[in-house]
Amino acid sequence: MFLLSESTIDAASLARGLAHAGAGACATFEGWVRDHNDGRPVRRLDYQAYATLAESEGAKVLAEAKEKFAIMDASCVHRIGALAIGDLAVWVGVSAAHRDAAFAACRYIIDEVKRRVPIWKNEHYVDGDSGWLHPDNTPVNP
Amino acid sequence: MNLRVLYFASLRDAAGRDMEQVVTASADARTVYEELRRRHGFVLLPERIRVAVNGEFSAWDRVLADGDEVAFLPPVSGG
Repeated sequence: MFLLSESTIDAASLARGLAHAGAGACATFEGWVRDHNDGRPVRRLDYQAYATLAESEGAKVLAEAKEKFAIMDASCVHRIGALAIGDLAVWVGVSAAHRDAAFAACRYIIDEVKRRVPIWKNEHYVDGDSGWLHPDNTPVNP
Repeated sequence: MNLRVLYFASLRDAAGRDMEQVVTASADARTVYEELRRRHGFVLLPERIRVAVNGEFSAWDRVLADGDEVAFLPPVSGG
């Protein structure tokens, strides 16, 4: 299940949703909003998404993870809207019989989500400036 | 041809809107982007943009049809 969420992510409840009698491992990743990027103090973030394509591409990433790794289940939820420092921005969870596959799949999912799911981050800096980030970490100002 | 064009992130800020109806004679996605880039002063070159048509990733040379929904996607930065 890949979801975009406008409200706080409930990590504990998502992890329980991955439970399976045959699962001996659950690996999770949490992406948090930090107070600096590229040497600049950050005050808060906005995330924007192309919702329909983000949800279909995110579901594709999860399906690929299930094909590539010996896992039982996988979920990912990404926040959209305004976030504060310390907020949980993205959560990935994977259940599997053994830890190797759980760790590998979790890593695959977060890397692919960051690389191809249409979600954008706008950083608001302490000095009042702001800018949309791109993978080379340089803001593009209109 | 009438297209519904969606904008995100820095393109949305530059265009000053999240969506617009575009009447164009341009046949493919690349030509439409170039036309809109001139109109709105987008700084991102097509090499840094991905195109989606009707909710699916698409090639730049895709021939568009009347009523298509076209999205020009700046490099993503989720996570």
